[in-house]
Amino acid sequence: MSTAAAGHHDHDDHDHGPAKGWTRWLYTTNHKDIGTLYLLFALVMFFIGGGMALIIRAELFQPGLQLVDPLFFNSMTTMHALVMIFGVVMPAFVGLANWMIPMMIGGPDMALPRLNNWSFWIMPFAFLLLLSTLFMEGGGPAGGWTLYAPLSLQGGNSFAFVIFSIHFMGISSVMGSINIVATIFNMRAPGMSLMQMPLFVWTWLITAYLLIAVIPVLAGAVTMLLTDRFFGTSFFNAAGGGDPVMYQHIFWFFGHPEVYILILPAFGIISSIIPTFARKPLFGYASMVYATASIAFLSFIVWAHHMFTVGMPLAGEMFFMFATMMISVPTGVKVFNWIATMWRGSMTFETPMLFAIGFLVMFTIGGLSGLMLAITPADIQYHDTYFVVAHFHYVLVPGAIYSIMAATYYWMPKWTGNMYDEKWGKIHFWVSTVFLNVLFFPMHFVGLAGMPRRIPDYNLQFADWNAVATIGAFGFGFSQLIFVWVIYKCIKGGEKATDEVWEGADGLEWTVPSPAPYHTFEKPPAQYS
Amino acid sequence: MSLISRVFLVAILSLTGLAARADINMPVGVTPISKEVFGLHMLIFWICCVIGVLVFGVMFYSMFKHRKSKGAVAADFHESTVVEIIWTAVPLVILIAMAIPAAKTLIAMEDTSDAEVTVKITGYQWKWHYEYLDSGINYYSSLDAEHNAARQVGSGIDVGQFENYLKEVDNPLVLPVGKKVRFLHTSADVIHSWWVPDLAVKKDAIPGFINENWALIEEPGTYRGKCTELCGRDHGFMPVVVEALPADEYDAWVAENAPVEEVQVTESASATAVASVDDDREWNMEELVAAGEGVYVTHCASCHQADGAGLAGAFPAITGSAIATGDHAAHIDIVYAGKTGTAMAAFADRLSNSDMAAVLTYQRNALGNSVGDVIQPSAIKALR
Repeated sequence: MSTAAAGHHDHDDHDHGPAKGWTRWLYTTNHKDIGTLYLLFALVMFFIGGGMALIIRAELFQPGLQLVDPLFFNSMTTMHALVMIFGVVMPAFVGLANWMIPMMIGGPDMALPRLNNWSFWIMPFAFLLLLSTLFMEGGGPAGGWTLYAPLSLQGGNSFAFVIFSIHFMGISSVMGSINIVATIFNMRAPGMSLMQMPLFVWTWLITAYLLIAVIPVLAGAVTMLLTDRFFGTSFFNAAGGGDPVMYQHIFWFFGHPEVYILILPAFGIISSIIPTFARKPLFGYASMVYATASIAFLSFIVWAHHMFTVGMPLAGEMFFMFATMMISVPTGVKVFNWIATMWRGSMTFETPMLFAIGFLVMFTIGGLSGLMLAITPADIQYHDTYFVVAHFHYVLVPGAIYSIMAATYYWMPKWTGNMYDEKWGKIHFWVSTVFLNVLFFPMHFVGLAGMPRRIPDYNLQFADWNAVATIGAFGFGFSQLIFVWVIYKCIKGGEKATDEVWEGADGLEWTVPSPAPYHTFEKPPAQYS
Repeated sequence: MSLISRVFLVAILSLTGLAARADINMPVGVTPISKEVFGLHMLIFWICCVIGVLVFGVMFYSMFKHRKSKGAVAADFHESTVVEIIWTAVPLVILIAMAIPAAKTLIAMEDTSDAEVTVKITGYQWKWHYEYLDSGINYYSSLDAEHNAARQVGSGIDVGQFENYLKEVDNPLVLPVGKKVRFLHTSADVIHSWWVPDLAVKKDAIPGFINENWALIEEPGTYRGKCTELCGRDHGFMPVVVEALPADEYDAWVAENAPVEEVQVTESASATAVASVDDDREWNMEELVAAGEGVYVTHCASCHQADGAGLAGAFPAITGSAIATGDHAAHIDIVYAGKTGTAMAAFADRLSNSDMAAVLTYQRNALGNSVGDVIQPSAIKALR
């Protein structure tokens, strides 16, 4: 079947090969090129956002202010979050979608290739705009990534740049999502039903709908901030008849689905990797799809659990507590399904599997602390402390970031045609995992003991654990250089990958040659029709 | 593998070693609510631990048993309706069991009726203002001056010498033991959040809103907390300190501090020194500058900086500023009434006449400015 799929593109210099020179990347409408651009962009931003995290951790190494002004510290926490969320995790997932969705569904490319080019090329400019604020008078945004009014309105004029960069990121995300939806509905191999799609495609389909639904809400919220700040409106200014709490409701109506935007594609990746290395089909495919859809639905009705201390009516607090607890049911189903997939499999532990298992263990830890946070009376003690910081870093770093790393190791042989260095991949996993827990686990302790978030200096009682966390942060940060080294080596050469790459691999992407030719599935695969 | 296992061993040993001496859990606290919350916290924590042990236990068993290197051959099952229904239903039952006690505590937390003492707490950038609605006592509470000096970047002061570093204030909130105290929370500028872990009281202070909650303190003592909602540059430096006194001592404190006639705003040591002096007297420049320095450090230096240089783009400089070296009316107005749409607050209610005159004169004749004129307390008094 693989010959039918992509047989006739053995030579690159054919009329459909990539253009030569740097304009190839500027003008490209090829899903693989654009996927590569997204992934490299995310990798660069990962180090920029990581550098900011290291500034934060360096200041927190000891009590007392040693390195930075508190205002700059606040701007680091704000920018770190914006860069990691909008500049790393989201573009990396879009990059993976670009590379893999057409190949997984047997389509020749994305449905809207020119739009695809545009959605990528907005991103570097959006982030140039955002990062440039750090060098402007008054510095970058320092009111937290949530940009809560009225605090965010106190900053300098660079705030306008922040708002416009968020608009650009939003436009990019919405266009990317429309493209993904259009691709999934129109480009599937003949006969491939929705319930035959790989789970990565399913989770991205649902994620794309979440993005289309909530990005405009964010755009509205930040536009109101813009007019409040520069044009004298009072949407969120109590003195002018506005409502600062309304901002939080609008923001989190975007913000909570956003949390799932950052994790649903990860579920899809893990659902691809675990069956491969367990050599056994995914357990409960249908329930995985329904669980993803339930999580997406619930994500729209739990937003105010970020706001249990703002003074809601008792009935509101009750509703958001129960709704939030409900999310653990479909999430639990997913974890149980993955374990049932491993059960009585024939497992091997190559690097992608190690990262997938790291995801499974540590995402579950983050999920369990999330269940604790759902208990409103306890949440009132946890809220805005390092316990929350520990929670969301456990779901985002060994969650979203590990899934992206797992995906990179898993599909890189297909992208480059070379096997990556297995020994260094495993070293990367183990070193990262040890330092990651040294970094984030102690944050549970200081948070419970009473250390608030977003503070540059603290009481001596928190000193030991903060020192430990900082050591973990530097260890984790620098061990990511191994990742770059492995990727570089794999692009340059290495043992040639077979078409199937992995012994237990299943799916259309493994039926095309390695490296995947510039155009795949110009003739649709026949196995579904 | 031996290297990896050694790294693990060292990490685990150092973690357990530190755990033995560090404070790593939520405080039980000293109110009925804080004890209930602690109970809920430990209950859900242990539930999570049991779930974790079961889930990870099955998973690691499978990882050791069902590996290819041990000759495991993959089975082919991929569905079981019965199992899937069980692991949807069981978590649901656990959640319902958990939701009932949580809802009970939540209802109790929100019941602020029948309070015996009511304190209105107003958040400012970056201090708290306490107002006892029953007795009329009111005052500001800000970070202890010595801690404030030590926490500046490059202060050279060893912060290790302070036992309660960044958890000490000039004027703590004094509360009675054994009486239900209701707190009303609001803010004068941005959103703050007033948190004392031992009381399990955390509520956002939001401009234009008044939130409420309550505490019944059962043991005398000093309870320390922090602002927990990011509120700008000095968010990390606005601690909360509650001093809980036995009822009779509390009554004595109220009797001693209750205002006799007009409410007089008194705060830092320097301010107290001049607050009692008659506003109508002519002050000379030395007096005003000397008094103004203390007021400046307490109220202005966080934004405009100790040397008056400001932070470019965020907070304007005082040194060489057109307002601070220009005519009196504009200078007085911006301090008295603030500037809307910026972080510059109105100080009309926060500074006495003499303090405001002193800090204005200080700004005109120190920090690199030398206008050479004075602003008298009588000029401020005339505005009121």
